[in-house]
Amino acid sequence: MKYAGLLVMPAGFFLTLAALVLFADPPRRAAFVLCGLAVEVLGLVVAVRGHVSARGARV
Amino acid sequence: MNPVPPMSAAAPAMSDTVLALTFALLLLAPLAIAGVALINCGLGRSRSAAQALVGNLALVAVAVIVFALLGASFAGTLGTAEIVVHAGGKTWNVLGLGRFLLRGLGGADPHAQLALLFEFTAVAMAVIIPWGSGADRWRLAAGCASAAVLAGIVFPLAAHWIWAGGWLQMLGANFTLGDGFIDGGGAASVHALGGLSALAVAWIAGPRRGKFPKEGLSLAMPGHNAVYVLFGCLLALVGWLAWNAAGAILWMHAPMSALPGTAVSTLLSACAALVATFAVTRFRFGKPDASLCANGWLAGLVASSACASLATPAESIILGVVAGIFTPLMVEALELALSIDDPSGGVTVHGAAGLWGLLAAGFFAPGQGQLLAQLVGIAALLGVMLPLVYLLFALLNRMVPFRADSDGERIGMDLHELGGGAYPEFVIHRDESYR
Repeated sequence: MKYAGLLVMPAGFFLTLAALVLFADPPRRAAFVLCGLAVEVLGLVVAVRGHVSARGARV
Repeated sequence: MNPVPPMSAAAPAMSDTVLALTFALLLLAPLAIAGVALINCGLGRSRSAAQALVGNLALVAVAVIVFALLGASFAGTLGTAEIVVHAGGKTWNVLGLGRFLLRGLGGADPHAQLALLFEFTAVAMAVIIPWGSGADRWRLAAGCASAAVLAGIVFPLAAHWIWAGGWLQMLGANFTLGDGFIDGGGAASVHALGGLSALAVAWIAGPRRGKFPKEGLSLAMPGHNAVYVLFGCLLALVGWLAWNAAGAILWMHAPMSALPGTAVSTLLSACAALVATFAVTRFRFGKPDASLCANGWLAGLVASSACASLATPAESIILGVVAGIFTPLMVEALELALSIDDPSGGVTVHGAAGLWGLLAAGFFAPGQGQLLAQLVGIAALLGVMLPLVYLLFALLNRMVPFRADSDGERIGMDLHELGGGAYPEFVIHRDESYR
């Protein structure tokens, strides 16, 4: 689960890069950059939850 | 993908006076490293104090050597060539390709030489941040190996992107996003990177033995020497004042007249953060907590690293207050809710406060699109650097195990790794957690 989260994070990064290339107008570009960041945060949450559940399993 | 001559924006010519001043400031910057090393030592346990300080020195030594041999060429500060990718109709400068072993250093432009000196101090700081988070269980050999990885691969990548004409620095020129990603004092390439590395270490090494019992809350393992920690804070302030001023000259091309303001912003941010943490811990626990106040002070300094030369005094106070409020809350949340054992608080103090400073720089900087440039930089740190560091450290852990064996943890890292303690005349009390 931790690895899945860490794999999702680069996907969010590529979304922000795509936003820069694909959109010229600032509002749409900003929206997509924020979406990319949201995906990264989601990946981080999954990785953290993976860490917590792995510790719970060990205990 | 092809190596091309450097395309970084040329820095304005510096007078001899400015060069001399910058050099003098950079000679003071290691005091920040000394401060953080003392804080790392004081927040660990007495049975691991000598290993903690020797580790700080060893990690700095390994990082500086590896950066000189290998990393500096990838950082590309001395120029010569870069790897550029053409995509989406734009050029993306992704990696430097300078000469290895610092060849050509003496003949380089003085600005580039000073920038390289800044990077040496920056890489030294970046590698000791995770060392504090792995205190009391991270083996010295593994710490040195991780310092080599950070100094040889990860830090140069970040430094090139942010400072040496990399794609983050060129966001302004390529996509009209303000002045591109700005990081005057190393909030991204030093502190956020170090904090994210600290998170990777805390995950891979796991918690200290007995930290999270089967039942009940986590066990408090307070630092062994609050005096070291608080004196380290004062020492760090001196280094930070010099570091932020030198960074403002080198990376933000600030004039001499902007330096007093930069120093005042740094000081205000740290003071505001301390007062905020003092108030939060007083409210939460009934009495102010010394180690959390130290964390708050340091978080204020870290947050100021991103934008000390841009922020007004009022903005610096806001920057510090926000850092000072979330620092104790996040330290507590990481431990109690997320089971992350981070003795020095590096994940919060350097990682989160660094990211907050970078975000705040987007609000405080005057250029249009600057906030978006900062968000893209933060996305690069979270989306590339954290997974990369975790992957490299996880691979490293298979070759050089991070964690000491349980016997080493029980007797302390000093006796286990060094054969002698930091305080040989002290009586070490039996630890209740090892019953």
